Amino acid sequence: MPFHYLEEIGIADIAFEAAGRDLPELFTAAADATMNVMIDNLDAIEPRETRQIELSNDKIDMLLFDFLQELIYFKDANRLLLRIREVQIDEKDDAYSLNAAAGGESLDPARHRQRADVKAVTLHDFRVEKSDDGWKASVLLDI
Amino acid sequence: MAIIDDAQKISDTVWELPVTYKDGMRVPARIIATEKLVREMDEAVYQQISNVATLPGITRYALCMPDGHSGYGFPIGGVAAMDVHEGGVISPGGIGFDINCGMRLVITNLTIDDVQPRLKEIVDLLFQRVPAGVGSHGFLKISRDEFREVVEQGARWCVEHDYGWDEDLEVTEENGCISGADAAKISDRAIDRGYNQVGTLGSGNHYLEVQIARPEDVREKDLAAKFGITIPNQIVIMFHCGSRGFGHQVATDYLQVFLKVMESKYGIKILDRELACAPFESPEGRDYFAAMKCGLNMSFANRQVILHRIREVFSEVFGRSAQDLGLRMIYDVAHNTAKLEKHEVDGKERKLLVHRKGATRAFGPGHGEVAPRYRDIGQPVIIGGSMETGSYLLVGTSSGAQTFFSTAHGSGRTMSRTKARKQWHGKQLQRDLEARGIYIRSTSWAGLAEEAGPAYKDIDEVIEATELAGISKPVARFTPIGNVKG
Repeated sequence: MPFHYLEEIGIADIAFEAAGRDLPELFTAAADATMNVMIDNLDAIEPRETRQIELSNDKIDMLLFDFLQELIYFKDANRLLLRIREVQIDEKDDAYSLNAAAGGESLDPARHRQRADVKAVTLHDFRVEKSDDGWKASVLLDI
Repeated sequence: MAIIDDAQKISDTVWELPVTYKDGMRVPARIIATEKLVREMDEAVYQQISNVATLPGITRYALCMPDGHSGYGFPIGGVAAMDVHEGGVISPGGIGFDINCGMRLVITNLTIDDVQPRLKEIVDLLFQRVPAGVGSHGFLKISRDEFREVVEQGARWCVEHDYGWDEDLEVTEENGCISGADAAKISDRAIDRGYNQVGTLGSGNHYLEVQIARPEDVREKDLAAKFGITIPNQIVIMFHCGSRGFGHQVATDYLQVFLKVMESKYGIKILDRELACAPFESPEGRDYFAAMKCGLNMSFANRQVILHRIREVFSEVFGRSAQDLGLRMIYDVAHNTAKLEKHEVDGKERKLLVHRKGATRAFGPGHGEVAPRYRDIGQPVIIGGSMETGSYLLVGTSSGAQTFFSTAHGSGRTMSRTKARKQWHGKQLQRDLEARGIYIRSTSWAGLAEEAGPAYKDIDEVIEATELAGISKPVARFTPIGNVKG
């Protein structure tokens, strides 16, 4: 999997590292890592509804921060569980813009195995950086 | 661990990191704990509490309570008092994202003999009526505009709409409604995340428990009697939850506001972005204070509506009114807050903004801010343990000035969720606990495993440390027999 959870960081919360060959892959992996904290069986989330996510930020790490916050927002506001189907990230004039298509459905306790509710992305040791194979990110989620 | 070498032992329960421990510390950092608890703390606690000691306006010490463990920004169990007349700051990371996460304790006139035969029925019905789990929505159907009233009026709104009794407000911190909450300082996103979550428990370490006060666990009989704990094996109900997605969105919004202005406008440099802050006496600081108070009120309202549901459930199961069953509140107390308080420092009274993140205020007897009903005995403090062990009712003490009258809030974790999940399995844990007389319902097996008792410190050791340090005094210990977990 392009993400894994860390045992020694964030005792009361959950930390993960995600990786991708490029930024869209990294963002997709980080989105799944966030959703997988809440729902054990990600494959059970069916793409019955779609949402478009459009964001911009002059810092790449804060773009990921805003992006993950969007997923948390839809989960609380609409009880909607989303997975990313496509992401495009462009860099222009020292700013990044993101356009993503997400698909998912309302939480159904009978089919979606719940784990812990993610309530915020924190900036604790929050990093998005280039790696030998592409990009990686380190994230601590508030539970 | 490094701490024992780096810290100076001030007394059996006070360990100090001097200002020379790290560049930029304005005051020493002090950990209040027994040696055993200090040794159990993860090392990040020392980094985080010494980072807190660098914040502008911090007065006397950056403090960590006996149940402390690493968090983000502040450690959990962190207390920091900022002098607002000396450039003192306000920081969302010093309050916790779950603004007014707190505890509520309710008594009944039932005993274990009344409840044991119907325990499953009670817990199953509580599980149904108090929604828990990922993004759960409550039964209260209100509009976004009504929710704006809720966050300005707190539990008072609930009582006015028949979700509680007048006397509930008398025993809620701030009477269930902190003044100065301003919904105009709240984003639409925060409203969207909160308006359908009133009356929900949430997940993680949030729970609702049916507990028993065994006669041998009532340590201060006279004090316990003042709280209505008078019958052997009396049943009480305790729950732990906060301001749900709403409070988190408020904290997230202002964290970003502060990051933009902190250095450029106010020249404040911090060691960790989670310590983002602004001077209390600044437009941004004032706005956050008014918004944060909405989080406080949302949480008071949330716990009020949950109490209403608990009364309905007991009433339905026993076929008697909640009044008849003696379902009266003992107290409701926050453990994630920042409050403006007057404290004496070096012989002078100063106005301080006291951040408590995973720490409970614990004013002693006679303090003017203690609810009149309890003023002669001190402020009630409710400390929840893990679902397997037990919880406590305590009171504040006159000797608590050293911590700005703050004490512990829980037992404090010693093991990460990710690690706990690999060690235990929720289904098996539920069966094991049932065999030990604790009936649990949870929305999540994995979430249950993450909350296994051994992932926490020993609650009795934490309570003993607060007593030895003179920052709170235990009244009664409660043992869980039923638990609803998110």
